[in-house]
Amino acid sequence: MRNLKLGLMAGSMALAFSAQAAEVEVLHYWTSGGEAKAAAELKKMMEGKGNKWKDFAVAGGGGENAMTALKTRVVSGNPPAAAQIKGPSIQEWGDEGVLGSIDAVAKKEGWDKVLPPVVSNVMKYKGQYVAAPVNVHRVNWLWVNPELLKKANAKVPSTWDEFFVTAAALQKAGIQPLAYGGQPWQDSTVFESVALGVGGVDFYKKAFVQLDPATMSGPTMVKVLETYKKLKPFTDKNAAGREWNLATSMVINGKAAMQFMGDWAKGEFLAAGKVPGKDFLCVAAPGTANAFTFNIDSFAMFKLKDAAAMKGQNDLASTLMSPAFQEVFNLNKGSIPARTDLKMDKFDECGKKSAVDFKATAAKGGLVPSWAHGMAMKSATQGAVYDAVTQFWNDDKMSAKDAAAKLAAAAKTK
Amino acid sequence: MSTPNAHYGFAERWLPRLVLAPSFLLTLVFLYGFIAWNGYLSFTNSRLLPNYEWAGLVQYATLFENERWWVAVRNLGIFAVLFIGGAMAIGITLAILLDQKVRGEGAIRTLYLYPMALSFVVTGTAWKWMLNPGLGLEKLMHDWGFTSFTFDWLVNSEMSIYTVVIAGLWQSSGFVMALFLAGLRGVDDSIIKAAQIDGATLPRIYWKIILPALRPVVFSTLMILSHIAIKSFDLVMALTGGGPGFSSDLPATYMYSMAFTRGQTGLGAASAMMMLATVAAIVVPYLYSELRKDSHG
Repeated sequence: MRNLKLGLMAGSMALAFSAQAAEVEVLHYWTSGGEAKAAAELKKMMEGKGNKWKDFAVAGGGGENAMTALKTRVVSGNPPAAAQIKGPSIQEWGDEGVLGSIDAVAKKEGWDKVLPPVVSNVMKYKGQYVAAPVNVHRVNWLWVNPELLKKANAKVPSTWDEFFVTAAALQKAGIQPLAYGGQPWQDSTVFESVALGVGGVDFYKKAFVQLDPATMSGPTMVKVLETYKKLKPFTDKNAAGREWNLATSMVINGKAAMQFMGDWAKGEFLAAGKVPGKDFLCVAAPGTANAFTFNIDSFAMFKLKDAAAMKGQNDLASTLMSPAFQEVFNLNKGSIPARTDLKMDKFDECGKKSAVDFKATAAKGGLVPSWAHGMAMKSATQGAVYDAVTQFWNDDKMSAKDAAAKLAAAAKTK
Repeated sequence: MSTPNAHYGFAERWLPRLVLAPSFLLTLVFLYGFIAWNGYLSFTNSRLLPNYEWAGLVQYATLFENERWWVAVRNLGIFAVLFIGGAMAIGITLAILLDQKVRGEGAIRTLYLYPMALSFVVTGTAWKWMLNPGLGLEKLMHDWGFTSFTFDWLVNSEMSIYTVVIAGLWQSSGFVMALFLAGLRGVDDSIIKAAQIDGATLPRIYWKIILPALRPVVFSTLMILSHIAIKSFDLVMALTGGGPGFSSDLPATYMYSMAFTRGQTGLGAASAMMMLATVAAIVVPYLYSELRKDSHG
């Protein structure tokens, strides 16, 4: 806090002395409770460095709307300084030749030393840093309302068999077992956790990272799909089209007992004044305790012409990676820092657990990219796989075998 | 007037052209220019951003193999037939009923026309709440004691497109009514009186005499409704978001998600060209017959 105040003071002085502060326009889609708070921290720090922050927030959970807005700006030759882009999409934008290098800042600050290679590789285009990571989200979480489980006399599941026992017990007690949001990206988020739990890490990598057609349509995939579809009776009818944070608030308010969602859901729990470990539990999705699906938010930097704006852009890159920002930001957002050299003292139970698992799975090979969140496939392929998953979830007549064949066909989309 | 003045003649000849020139130019660039640009993009391998390398018919081949595209086309067929047919039927019926010189016609007319004042986004959102099983009609019926009542079209992937039809009809029927009412009022009273003297019944008069006289109104209404149907986007986005899954996708929403959220600009352009072809298939024969009539008349 004291550092922050100092920073702010220094910032206001810098503002007073520099005749023209660089304006830094940043496109992001952090608009819900916990996320908006995190974005406000970034704004504060940038203003502390004497830059003018121009907010360019575009709502819409999966960031689809934000990407549309971004494309319009880039095509018209007026890109923002930075935009929230992640995973293989950074390479796609790099291929279009519109990204600017921030390698100078990265070298000076030694990013290579503090980022795990699995993270830094994603941030580089042709060997040069073009993006700065801000956090690591774990996607394979199950959020649990322990009070409801107690009422139904059910235990927290650690395998899929246990999960269905728990869900049946909850339903018998008149409690809705699963909070679910029926949007394509959420369908795939849940499906991904099921696939990792039922099929295991090797299957996951083969199917969703290497897009192996035989694995995509094989017997394990059929089993995964069958397990996924078995969840449907435990959700409510009105789930179609529901936003993820509304589903989370069902767990917060005791209307449903569990939700599969990445750890951005934690921000919603915290914003509602709930205490982790007491009011809500975070456990790895059934069968995935030794695996970690990562979703890394990052900001890609665009080529700018104006020198003042470029200075602002470099300030932004250095702020994003600074220990102070990574800590305060991730405390708000519910994720963990991308830098591995930070102390996790201030983080809650879920955060500490996530950080420990992140390092452990990185060493043992259980660390896999979350394809549902744009970390493994190009956007066209990912979209086609989304279509197949969401169609299977919504069409009660489709067999798991047909769905597996559709998945294999979708994976061929280039 | 008849004394020709040099200045006046010049102005008369050039002023209309001068005044029309900007809008002509704007239309040329922003309508036909961009159609041509989009047409070219549909023959390229454009991904995230436009790229101008010729790739032939690849995008069209991909489009025709894509299951989601055919769902969208089928949905457009269902939507267009029911929406245009329904709006015409309801609109004409309302207009005929209102034409019977009922009391309070002005108020009723305004009431029916009012939905037209709303944007499709508002209509879609309002109907989304009404049709949501947990919020609207179904819950109301359950609260009133009819617990066996179910109306879950909105969340049922086989029926979701019909909810779009319902909301569309609610929005547009009043507009069709207004068009026909104006037409009905324009029919010469003496024809009707003559028919009445000949002993024709009222339904027969409407069916055989008045409606045939309204042919131009029928045509322009058809034109307006069919282009609303083909470009329909906001209604679907607000009402179902194309879901559940992609079961209520229309070509316009398909094009949007390919071109803008999936990094498949070329494929999006190809689907937009198919939509243009559909519109052209309807508009061109109509324009052709109209223009021919003009040159003869």
